[in-house]
Amino acid sequence: MVENRPWLSVATHVVLIIGLVIVLFPIWVAFVASTHPADRFVSGVVPLLPGTHLIGNYAAVLGEGARQNGLPPVGPMLVNSLVMALGIALGKIAISLISAFAIVYFRFPFRKIAFWIIFLTLMLPVEVRIVPTYQVIANLGMLNSYVGLTVPLIASATATFLYRQFFLTIPDELAEAARIDGAGPWKFLKDIVIPLSRTSTAALFVILFIYGWNQYLWPLLVTTDPDYYTVVMGIQRAARATDQEPLWNLVMAVAMLALLPPVIVVLAMQKLFVRGLVETEK
Amino acid sequence: MAAIELRDVRKVYPGGVEAVKGVSLDIADGEFLVLVGPSGCGKSTLLRMVAGLETISAGMASIGGRVVNTLEPADRDIAMVFQNYALYPHMSVRQNLQYGLKNRKMEKAEIARRVAEAAEILQIAPFLDRKPRQLSGGQRQRVAMGRAIVREPSAFLFDEPLSNLDAKLRVQMRGEIRRLQRTLGTTSLYVTHDQLEAMTLADRLVVLNGGLVEQVGTPMELYERPASVFVASFIGSPSMNLIGIGSGAIEGLTGLGTMPGVPAGRPFTLGVRPEHLDVTEGESTAGEVTLLLTVTNVEVVGAESFVYGRLGGTGPDVAVRVSGYSRLEPGVTLRARARPGALHAFDASTGRRLT
Amino acid sequence: MAEKRVVFSGWGFPALLLLPQLAITFIFFILPAAQAVRQSFFRADAFGFGERFVGLANYTSLLASADYLQSFVTTLIFSLAVTVLTLVISLAFAAAVDRLIRTSGLYTALMIWPYAIAPAIAGVLWWFMFDPSIGIVAYWLRVGGLSWNHLLDGTDALILVIVASAWRQVSYNFIFFLAGLQSIPRSLHEAAAIDGAGPVKRFFTIVLPLLSPTLFFLIVIDVVYAFFDTFGVIDATTAGGPGQATTTLVYKAYADGFLSQNFGSSAAQSVILTLVVVALTVVQFRFIERRVHY
Repeated sequence: MVENRPWLSVATHVVLIIGLVIVLFPIWVAFVASTHPADRFVSGVVPLLPGTHLIGNYAAVLGEGARQNGLPPVGPMLVNSLVMALGIALGKIAISLISAFAIVYFRFPFRKIAFWIIFLTLMLPVEVRIVPTYQVIANLGMLNSYVGLTVPLIASATATFLYRQFFLTIPDELAEAARIDGAGPWKFLKDIVIPLSRTSTAALFVILFIYGWNQYLWPLLVTTDPDYYTVVMGIQRAARATDQEPLWNLVMAVAMLALLPPVIVVLAMQKLFVRGLVETEK
Repeated sequence: MAAIELRDVRKVYPGGVEAVKGVSLDIADGEFLVLVGPSGCGKSTLLRMVAGLETISAGMASIGGRVVNTLEPADRDIAMVFQNYALYPHMSVRQNLQYGLKNRKMEKAEIARRVAEAAEILQIAPFLDRKPRQLSGGQRQRVAMGRAIVREPSAFLFDEPLSNLDAKLRVQMRGEIRRLQRTLGTTSLYVTHDQLEAMTLADRLVVLNGGLVEQVGTPMELYERPASVFVASFIGSPSMNLIGIGSGAIEGLTGLGTMPGVPAGRPFTLGVRPEHLDVTEGESTAGEVTLLLTVTNVEVVGAESFVYGRLGGTGPDVAVRVSGYSRLEPGVTLRARARPGALHAFDASTGRRLT
Repeated sequence: MAEKRVVFSGWGFPALLLLPQLAITFIFFILPAAQAVRQSFFRADAFGFGERFVGLANYTSLLASADYLQSFVTTLIFSLAVTVLTLVISLAFAAAVDRLIRTSGLYTALMIWPYAIAPAIAGVLWWFMFDPSIGIVAYWLRVGGLSWNHLLDGTDALILVIVASAWRQVSYNFIFFLAGLQSIPRSLHEAAAIDGAGPVKRFFTIVLPLLSPTLFFLIVIDVVYAFFDTFGVIDATTAGGPGQATTTLVYKAYADGFLSQNFGSSAAQSVILTLVVVALTVVQFRFIERRVHY
């Protein structure tokens, strides 16, 4: 900084410590709650230090213990969430990459129209077309299936635009050199474009994995069979499993399990994550 | 190896812009032909049409006697070196060299042989397993050359391959390209905007202007007998002094009689190169063309100096080459004598050579 | 639209490449959207056997409905509060982190957690802290003399979903503000300091104006987030209640259509919401265009 003012440095750290408390306190409280026995939450104040029931609580929600408490088991829900997150992320990447390639590297009559149709999807989030989308899925027999959970969400204007932006920065000479080297469009895509897009793809994957994992309304619409519940929507079922106070220790264990995978992804790949965020919003 | 033939080749872009307006050229087998001209003259477009990267709007192009108008670039048996090298950044040098051969389904042993040979010729063997970004500009340039060589094509196409190098490296690589082309004897078409590069490399060079050929010839032909004002001012540095001659006398210019090929009294453009003007002390003798200049600026290069002055004190700027260190100060008057036979005359309106 | 100089020829291959994206878009976006528009002009009869054309009746009854207008107001208050809260807090954090040199990486790593957490989970975490009987924050409020019960009190419920929604969005804003702040050249701070501007004055006269593109961008993003992505927060915590206190437009479209099976009205609400998205997208692109022309 330009000048040295002690009060400003103090203020900076005060702001940041308050910030960290706001950011981390809810997660800490949830973690602590997930380590205590249920009777700790009947009345009074929530403990602020971890208890002794960590393994017991997590074993309960992951295994059959959950069902005895009226909660759907979390293990299969985690698997479903993983399938959904991976399916959406990989699906979006695959179809966006090839669409962007077609739009950038070819000239064909309906190119602009295709571009605008893809663009249109930006304006139609699931939240604004709930009922008719549900009806389409139901008519196609896609309720309670992995296909229903993933495929309808993999169209992506954002990812297509990101790839398009990236392809436009690939020097023209590279495509020319490839043509002289005897590479047709498919070889050029496979040998040059996809390897060059590695970093963008990885960044996009981090963002899309989180997006897929955190889907809530969609699984709520297309699953009625608990075998296909995802953990993020399962939290709502868990919290409302009984008409009484929720079984907070177990609900918080579910919450911790639901938030851990995307948090780990973000922390492990922080650079890619930030890059992905900034790029998808360009 | 093959001759390249262009017959009235044209390029019209969809917007209606005509970049190449009918060019016919014959490039002999093994010849090094340089296309030179200012930016926008159509030289790159012409090269790219030969490569197959641009469609040919009209006319005919053939390589080795085979009409290539509709062939894919890969089927034209050519190799190209790009200005930015266009090396595949994610592949090692070796993979870069191999890529085109693999796409042709060539045998592994043959690929290995060609890569080893090219690496040997270009001295890039030590970094065959490095990525392009780990190489210096000069090394990348060699790899780009290597990628062309391993193909063993009938023709090399160069699109300003030295423009991204610094001045010193450019001179060195220029020499290497020339040597390499002589050794391999491969027909080469080379595009540049740098007249010095063009002069030093070419067997013959083609000066393009506005999509048309201004002149074709050996470097010395173009230097000694430029066909137009445009070629005259493009070839040579500093460029040829050009002085408009009307009906009346020109202040500071004496001794100019009738020029061969110029009808008396007709206005024309007089051209004389700075290196064909000699500083003289004495009075001019009859039949000698003398220029009287008021010095405005002196550039000392080292082995030589260039003195700039206004003809007759107020006329057009004229440059004179002086060997060694010139101590002339701005403001002094200088008398320069044109060497006999070193004068050029061009039509005042069309710019075409008259003599 | 920017273009490539070099292209491959043919249209069969690109058509094939575009097919999956276009097919999905058509089946799951365009078809339902068209269906929503159609349904918005129909009303199912009392026994659910058929439907009849009612013209604009679904729209007019919506606009005449006190519930709908209430949810409109709720949405506005909710969106405004979430946006302002998010922007202010994240800007303060970003400005603080930007002042640091050594520890900024650590703070950033800790600050971006919440973005990875699903809105529904965020809602449940805050519900737990605000739970009237055992929540720690509710307890502190009681100690401070404030009664808190978001299960019964509409205002408390609205505050809860606002706080939970803003909490998750702060990290997103933080990343963009920090990137924006770090792109301001240090020399500009130095020049302003030499011109006699103190740190606070510099922030308001130099930093904030230079940050305005980021700020506008985030306003649009935050409004879109508050409108649509907070569905999970609301559904997992208050389910629109108590009463209608936390029923936003999106939640109402869901509740009317999916829970109450009132398809005509829900479809009409979908159409209205789509118009909102279109308007927001246009604003966003207008703004991006302007930013490009800077």
